[in-house]
Amino acid sequence: MTSSLTLRAAVVSVALFVAFMLAWHVATRGTSAVQQMDPEYAKLMGLTATQGKSAMPGPLDVGAKLWEHLRQPFYDKGPNDKGVGIQLAYSIARVALGYMLAVLVAIPIGFLIGMSPLMSKALDPFIQILKPISPLAWMPLALYTIKDSSMSAIFVIFICSLWPMMINTVFGVASVRREWLNVAKTLEVGTIRRAFTIILPAAAPTILTGMRISIGIAWLVIVAAEMLVGGTGIGYFVWNEWNNLSITNVINAILLIGVVGMVLDLILARLTRLVTFPE
Amino acid sequence: MTHKFISIEGIAKRFPKAGGGFTTVFEDLWLPMQRGDFTCIIGHSGCGKTTVLNILAGLDAPSSGAVIVDNQAIEGPSLDRAVIFQTHALLPWRTVMGNVAYAVSSKWRKWKTQRVRERAQKFIDLVGLNGAESKRPAELSGGMKQRVGIARALSIEPKIMLMDEPFSALDALTRGTLQDEVRRICLETGQTVFMITHDVDEAIYLADRILLMTNGPHAVLAEVVENPLPKDRVRAEVHKHPLYYPVRNHIIDFLVSRSKSFATDMRGKHDPRNVPVVRPGLAEPAVREATVITPSWPGLSRPSTSSPR
Repeated sequence: MTSSLTLRAAVVSVALFVAFMLAWHVATRGTSAVQQMDPEYAKLMGLTATQGKSAMPGPLDVGAKLWEHLRQPFYDKGPNDKGVGIQLAYSIARVALGYMLAVLVAIPIGFLIGMSPLMSKALDPFIQILKPISPLAWMPLALYTIKDSSMSAIFVIFICSLWPMMINTVFGVASVRREWLNVAKTLEVGTIRRAFTIILPAAAPTILTGMRISIGIAWLVIVAAEMLVGGTGIGYFVWNEWNNLSITNVINAILLIGVVGMVLDLILARLTRLVTFPE
Repeated sequence: MTHKFISIEGIAKRFPKAGGGFTTVFEDLWLPMQRGDFTCIIGHSGCGKTTVLNILAGLDAPSSGAVIVDNQAIEGPSLDRAVIFQTHALLPWRTVMGNVAYAVSSKWRKWKTQRVRERAQKFIDLVGLNGAESKRPAELSGGMKQRVGIARALSIEPKIMLMDEPFSALDALTRGTLQDEVRRICLETGQTVFMITHDVDEAIYLADRILLMTNGPHAVLAEVVENPLPKDRVRAEVHKHPLYYPVRNHIIDFLVSRSKSFATDMRGKHDPRNVPVVRPGLAEPAVREATVITPSWPGLSRPSTSSPR
């Protein structure tokens, strides 16, 4: 067999997917006996009781609903009925805003801390204590001080993206190879030029790795944050559909959250590859 | 008195020891260098060769003493003194052109890109790397990387080129070719060079003067060997010269036995300012009287200096 590894892996992936779908389909087909009842009462009881249908939607139901969502992602029929496209756009916008703010704060500050061994040591205990705090624990404080639920969600994204980026920037800047710094010294390169031409490119792969960790965490946190603040966003959508008992929509939302998370990670992975240099 | 282009005047390096006191790596080192000199320094590990080079580069400060370049005490790194690092220290995210151009634009900050590239190209050609300008260091062999390092150092027209075992990481064949190149370039440009090496043959082939250091701690400059081989020596012939083996044996004898026993043998007799200059293999006198070095720094040794950086 000379088929490439990629091809063989693709075959296995498809096979696993088909097997999972079949198992899901079979498991949710519904086997309980159909009860005889008054047609008016049956209407109230729904399909679970009257046709023996499983309460858990099968892959075909989910697929059909997904198709419906994808055909019309951006409809807006009032506060409780918006297309998933709109909901995802809200979430992505919040993540983007909070994340960009974190980039603007974490990288310059991380740079300064990394260049000064004194500040590295002095600020380390603060960072170590602030880092493990669940970002959602900031939520009440944010709501109380900012007094705006949407801004609070953005603040939570900001605070959770901040630490991995800052820690990686500090580490990347502090561990630039001595010999490269010596090159800059013997060439009498000034501090600013050294920061941009030696330290930044040398630390860029580490910084980008921190940014990649951050975007992953931000996307995890936004769903939970939106469940709390409500109104819009994919997290709110999940909770709303749970309240509507629409498991089909919940599953669809889970799927879409996964896809968007993967895309965000791919973008950062691509950027990381751009600044990575082979040694 | 001849004009001293570079003058090492009584430098020493001491490190604080755990539990008080100091460890002296080397002490009271005096050495003048003329323009165009090719000086090699040989000694066992731990005698402070690299520290001497780093002090000359300005990357390290002596605990006492000073280094004078062109009548000015050095106060830190400078574009006057280019360093060729053992590990070549190229910037891996820049191309060959980018690495050399970085040095050129550091020296001439106001130059336009075109002019910088032209000058960089000139030195890339000089070390025989044309065609590889747009390659990154990771795509180059060890020898080619070190060529880039040499081009980068030469491109800024340094007063002195400091080489820290530049060829030690290379295989024997590449090392030979690069030694030839360095010798050709230095003869053509009249470049002053100070080089650390562990390789006696390399020192004899390249250097005009070979400095022998005793073992550390408390290392001293034991003698200066003047290379008696003709200036126009070629690699194919150099080992057949009648004076080749006398020089080589003299240096190896020193490294094997005298570098250890020097401190006890010469107790009280060694004058660090008047280090014997030896031309091995010549008929008497084997030891010529060197001129006593006068300091160009009136206060002589600076008191223990804190690092200027």
